[in-house]
Amino acid sequence: MAPLSSAGYAVAFAARAIREIFLPPYEIKETARQLYEVGWRSLPLIAVAGFAVGIVLSMHTRASLERFGAEALIPAALMLALVRETGPLVVGLLVAGRVGAGFGAELGAMKVTEQIDALEAVAVDSFKFLVVTRTLACMLAMPILTTVMNFTGIIGGWLAESAISGMSFEAYFRSAFSVVGFADYVPGTIKTMVFGYIIAITACYFGVHTRGGTQGVGYSATRSVVTASILLITANVVLVRLIFFLFPETTG
Amino acid sequence: MSAGAPAVTGVRLEHVSKAFGALRVLDDVSVELPAGEATVVLGRSGTGKSVLLKHIVGLLHPDAGRVFLGDQDITALAPAALAVARRQIGFLFQNAALFDSITVAENVAFPLRRHTRLPEAEIRARVEEKLAAVGLADAVARMPAALSGGMRKRAGLARAMALEPSVLLVDEPSAGLDPVTSEEIDDLLVRVKRERGTTLVVVTHNIPSARRIGDTLLFLHEGRVLARGTAAELERSEHELVRQFMHSEAGG
Ligand SMILES: Nc1ncnc2c1ncn2[C@@H]1O[C@H](COP(=O)(O)OP(=O)(O)O)[C@@H](O)[C@H]1O
Ligand SMILES: [Mg+2]
Repeated sequence: MAPLSSAGYAVAFAARAIREIFLPPYEIKETARQLYEVGWRSLPLIAVAGFAVGIVLSMHTRASLERFGAEALIPAALMLALVRETGPLVVGLLVAGRVGAGFGAELGAMKVTEQIDALEAVAVDSFKFLVVTRTLACMLAMPILTTVMNFTGIIGGWLAESAISGMSFEAYFRSAFSVVGFADYVPGTIKTMVFGYIIAITACYFGVHTRGGTQGVGYSATRSVVTASILLITANVVLVRLIFFLFPETTG
Repeated sequence: MSAGAPAVTGVRLEHVSKAFGALRVLDDVSVELPAGEATVVLGRSGTGKSVLLKHIVGLLHPDAGRVFLGDQDITALAPAALAVARRQIGFLFQNAALFDSITVAENVAFPLRRHTRLPEAEIRARVEEKLAAVGLADAVARMPAALSGGMRKRAGLARAMALEPSVLLVDEPSAGLDPVTSEEIDDLLVRVKRERGTTLVVVTHNIPSARRIGDTLLFLHEGRVLARGTAAELERSEHELVRQFMHSEAGG
């Protein structure tokens, strides 16, 4: 396939997934199974990563704000950084790694062993059964995972802070939540649904178009992670711009 | 697809051609696979026997020509209608193509759960019946990866028969089987044809098996049907290659 027509084909693939999310029949059982795989089973990774990111952010925030004698703002500054950008982006990249590789390899293996043809042969719409379910599961899981990361991030931030200043958990939380509003939390978190969509579509696309045996499966997994990560980081630029436009108060 | 109803669906290929890039696999093939009869497809490896079967279930689309299931041209069907047509067909893939993330029993139950409203107890009974018929009664709870090649083949056959299709397409059932089990599978196929009027299309390299099963034998060569007839007729074929084929492997 020429590069241009295959890009067009990929776009059509992506558009079809969105359209078919809303069209019956709904593969509820399979979507739930994927939600478990993508969401529940990513929880440990996300929780631990959030905790570590919170500690690191706290150290940086302290270093910056100390210079201005603004230590009182540390919890709020950390919370803003985490909720608006760091949380969503880190979750996006972690899920792109874990889930992107998983989808790419799993669907790739199904493709080369003719299991996708076997689904079609038993009169199952393989796109709906494999791609739409995974896309929806990813889109639903991302905001939840991001919320978990924000939460463990704050706990990590507090631990790092309390080790230095002895600040109580309650005081830290109150201070952190005093500045974070709806307009900080919601856009950044909704944004991760777009990340989930990008990850699932990219990995499913490479997965179901896998060729050439075991090696092909490996390529699909790698390509899924690399492409999803770069698409996600690039899309983020546009999304941040869009959020500033739609929610002007977040620029303040 | 109520059980017991005699099936009368035949298959007809009209001027079917198929190429993959520069490789011409089927070249203007027209052939009738009569309802309620068993047709055995013979030919050297790589002549397009599997490709032929995949056209009948609509997994491959001909470059030219039409494929009729009963009086329905399946090459003209939209995806949803094709899915409905496929419910009349059982397909055993050459590599079995079991779903490897679920047990053998769940593989056989899969088409039943998708396309019938049978209660759980009845599904289980049907699964046990089909697995017993292929001699895999004690493999129900095992995962496909834990089976031998021949066992996988038989599990695939049980899955293909789950919906009691009116057309059963079987790609090399005896590959990987010992002669005794192979003979049992032949008997099973013949019984299914007799009792249910199922139209059988069986690809095999096993000449004794072809004699036991086939009402008609097709010899595929270089994209065309080189010979068609009973085993006795093919033995006296004008084509050297066909005679050779019938004799060289007729040892059983
Ligand atoms: N999806 C495909 N893409 C490209 N080539 C294919 C495809 N399927 C089959 N072929 C080629 O078509 C020819 C016939 O294949 P097949 O029908 O599997 O042979 P056999 O008679 O052994 O079953 C082979 O050369 C095979 O490589
Ligand atoms: Mg073959």
